[in-house]
Amino acid sequence: MKIIEDANKEAFKRLLSGDPVLVDVVTASEAIPNLKDRMILHAGPPIEWDTMCGPMRGAVTGIAVFEGWAPDLEAAEKMAAEGAFEFHPNHDFDAVGPMTGLTTISQPLLVVENRTFGNRANCAINEGLGKVMRFGGNDDEVLDRLRWIRDEFGPALAVAVRKTGGVPLKSMVARGLTMGDEMHQRNVACSGLTLRALSPALASTATDTEKLSKALAFIGSNDQFFLNIAMAMGKSIMDPVRNIKGSSVVTAMCRNGTEFGIRTSGTGDTWFTAPVEMPEGLYFPGFTEADANPDIGDSTIVETIGLGGFAMGASPAVAGFVGAGAASEAGNFTRTMSEITVGENPEWTIPAMDYLGTPTGIDIRLVVETGLAPTINTGIAHKNPGVGQVGAGVVRAPMACFEKALLALAESVEVS
Amino acid sequence: MSEFGINDLLEKPLKVINVGLEGFAKELNQQGVDVVQLDWAPPAGGDPKLADILSKLGS
Repeated sequence: MKIIEDANKEAFKRLLSGDPVLVDVVTASEAIPNLKDRMILHAGPPIEWDTMCGPMRGAVTGIAVFEGWAPDLEAAEKMAAEGAFEFHPNHDFDAVGPMTGLTTISQPLLVVENRTFGNRANCAINEGLGKVMRFGGNDDEVLDRLRWIRDEFGPALAVAVRKTGGVPLKSMVARGLTMGDEMHQRNVACSGLTLRALSPALASTATDTEKLSKALAFIGSNDQFFLNIAMAMGKSIMDPVRNIKGSSVVTAMCRNGTEFGIRTSGTGDTWFTAPVEMPEGLYFPGFTEADANPDIGDSTIVETIGLGGFAMGASPAVAGFVGAGAASEAGNFTRTMSEITVGENPEWTIPAMDYLGTPTGIDIRLVVETGLAPTINTGIAHKNPGVGQVGAGVVRAPMACFEKALLALAESVEVS
Repeated sequence: MSEFGINDLLEKPLKVINVGLEGFAKELNQQGVDVVQLDWAPPAGGDPKLADILSKLGS
């Protein structure tokens, strides 16, 4: 249908022409003026306390204590159940967040600007691995780390990022793909490249060498530090692709731990949802599938721009880490995703696949026609509040989201 | 008329690509014939309403 083909050409053009740059680190209340006290932005499509999963509830109670809205976790839970907090999706406030993905007023946010279109997107700073708030952790260790990020690390990072004049991300991701990252479950290379890019500025703006050492060690010891930067980058790239009449390209995929939601360009800001699925993967020692929470997080914005599970071929090591099979099979995931995307990204290529461009621009028509749902690489949270990460795996987006979106898109172009 | 008839084909070892019901491939496989089963499913998983809309929207 011509209107759809033309719309998708425009969507693909905007997607590829994005120029994301890490430009700042700003307190959430400043980065997102509409974010008010006692408002909690969360991962995924809209959800209320009653239907939140364990890790999301654990994070909500933890963040309420962190923000000083509740004296302890028990009081926070009671307040949440009584409606003391207002919940909204990150995506409605120019933001994204991994796993539980909570964003509240006092957190420092990474700011990525898409310099082609002038829009900005935000994401909190990655806390590290294991027992952390994004996986539902909420004890003193978790909250103290968040306070350090807010009071010491975030401000130092802000000064350093500004001093660099901005860190271009498109070229960094291109390099990361050649170094074995897929930008969702493997960010080893890009985290290192980020450290390399920011270290001189961090050092030259530091006033205390002990604090500098702690900041450098925090980035250097976290293989997933770049994930949150990649997510803000993804949001900044996809937002200008929204609202192209007739376009069947997916502009957002996300999960709140209970439901999976997608948006398409041609259907604006409507969420098409279905129950989330359970990842299949590998578990840390002492944990099994019985401990796992279903799929959760905004991090699927990474797959939405053609990375993560779509770029598995760039990262054979991650195939083993997420239990997706032999390293030699990693390329099959990427080839399969090529069947449901508009085209290849010529600037993000995979050397081991003869420089195949990453499959880019998920077309809901192709998803429904082929029955091939997007592949997502993901971390796995414990199903109970307060525990944290228990493994990593692969999960598919629920087909029902795409079928619902297809029907709405058809209606928008007067096809029945 | 082709010089290469069906009888010539059957006199040589067969290599088969099966499109459709997997049972045909299994039968041949049990008889020692090399078979590749094409990974195929009807559009939209066979849902007639979605398939109709897809045909109108093009993909």
